[in-house]
Amino acid sequence: MTGLPAMHPGPGPVPVLALGDVLLVTLQGELHDGAAEQLQHDISRRIASSPMPVAGVVIDLSGVEIIDSFLGRVLAEIAASARLLAARTTLAGMRPAVAITLVELGLTLPGLSTALNVEKALSLLGRASSAAPTAHLEEGA
Amino acid sequence: MQVAEHDTAPGTAKELGAFLEHRREQIAQRWADAALFRTVFTVSRDEAVEACKAVVDALADVSRSGRLEDVEAPGFFTVRDQLGRMAAARARAGFTPTQIAGEVAGLREPVTALLRAEFQDDADDARVTACTQAVTVLTSTLRLVIMETTVSAGEELIARQRQQLLEVATPVIKLWDGVVAVPLIGTLDSARSQVVMESLLEAIVDQRAAYAILDITGVPTVDSLVAQHLMKTVAAARLMGAECIVSGIRPAIAQTIVQLGIDLGSIITRAGLADALAYALTRQGIVVSARPVTEAGPR
Repeated sequence: MTGLPAMHPGPGPVPVLALGDVLLVTLQGELHDGAAEQLQHDISRRIASSPMPVAGVVIDLSGVEIIDSFLGRVLAEIAASARLLAARTTLAGMRPAVAITLVELGLTLPGLSTALNVEKALSLLGRASSAAPTAHLEEGA
Repeated sequence: MQVAEHDTAPGTAKELGAFLEHRREQIAQRWADAALFRTVFTVSRDEAVEACKAVVDALADVSRSGRLEDVEAPGFFTVRDQLGRMAAARARAGFTPTQIAGEVAGLREPVTALLRAEFQDDADDARVTACTQAVTVLTSTLRLVIMETTVSAGEELIARQRQQLLEVATPVIKLWDGVVAVPLIGTLDSARSQVVMESLLEAIVDQRAAYAILDITGVPTVDSLVAQHLMKTVAAARLMGAECIVSGIRPAIAQTIVQLGIDLGSIITRAGLADALAYALTRQGIVVSARPVTEAGPR
C-alpha cells in the first residue's frame, strides 16, 4: 500500500492508494473544483502507468457531506475514463443526505456501480475480476 | 375610541395599577373561585390564589406602563405563562375556545365589583367610569392574549401529532441480515414520501442492508407524484450501494401506472413482500428449501 506523495503543486491533492489491483481514493470533507479535476487526472494517469493492470477504482465517499453537480459530473467522468482504460469504478459509503441531494438534482450517476462500504466495494470488484460469482452463504439448519 | 382613551389613559391606567396592587389579595381570593382557576388547581386553593396573585401583579405592571391595549406589553409575558398554560390545559380537556374566552371574561366581574366598592364614597362619577372602562380594556386585551396562547398551544399539539403519525406510519423492519423493508399503508403524499425515503436510507446505513424492499400493498392509489417519489427513493438507495425492490403493486395500480405512461422499467418489482424477500435472499446466495421428509419431526 503506497500513498501518492503530494508531488503536484496546488491546494491539497487527494491521495490515491493502490491496494493490489485496485485503486482506493478516500474523499474527506469538502472537495473544491481544482482538487476534483486534479484527482481525475491523477486517477487516469495511475491506471495508465500502473505496472500491473488495474481492475477497479474505489472512491470512498463516507466522509463527504456535500456533493454538488460539478463533483457529480467529475465522478461520472472518472468512471467513463477508467472504463476506457479497462477499469471499473465503484462509489462506496455514500450518505443518505448526499444520495437524496443527488437524486433531487437529477444526477443518478447511471454508469457507476455503488456499494455500501469500501469492504463491499472491494469484494464486488474482486468477484468481478475473478469472474466467478460464487458467494455461497450457508444457512445453518 | 382610540383618541378618547389616550386623553384619559395615563392617569387612569396608573390609578388602576395602584388599585390592582392595593386590592391584590381580595381580587386573588375572588378569582381563585372562578371556573378557569378552580378546574385547573383541583388540589389546593392556595395554589390558585398564588397563581392569581402573580397574574394580578402582572396586570398591575401593565396598567402602570399605560399600555392597556398592547398585547406585547412586558407584563403580559407572565400572563401568557400562567393563564396561557391553564387555558391550554382547558383546551386539551376538550373545551372550545369560545368557552375558554367566556371563562376569561368572568375574571372581569370581581375586579369591577371591587372597583365600585372602592370608589363608593367618591363623588367623582367620571373617575369611576374611566377606571371601569380601563378595566374593560385591560380584560379584553387579556382575553386576546389568552386566546392567542390557546390557539398556538393547539397548533403545537397538531404539529406534534402530525410528526408522530409520520413516524408511526413508516416503520422500517429488518427482514433478514442485510434486508430491510418498509410496508407502506395509507395514502402517500410528498411529506410522507420524504419521511419514507429518509428513514429507509438511514436504515440501509444502520443495518448495512444490501437490499431494501418498498412494499406498497397498503397504498390505495398511486399517482404520478407518488411514482416519482418511489423512483427517487430507488435511485437514492442505488447511489448508496443498496438495491431497492418495489413489491405489492396491485392490479388496479399497475393498470393506472401503465395508463399514466410512467416507466418503472428500471425498478425491480415483485408481486408480494414474500417474493421480494425471496429475490433478495436468492441474490445473496441464500437457498431456502423445504426440510427433507426424513428429518421432519419435533425438535
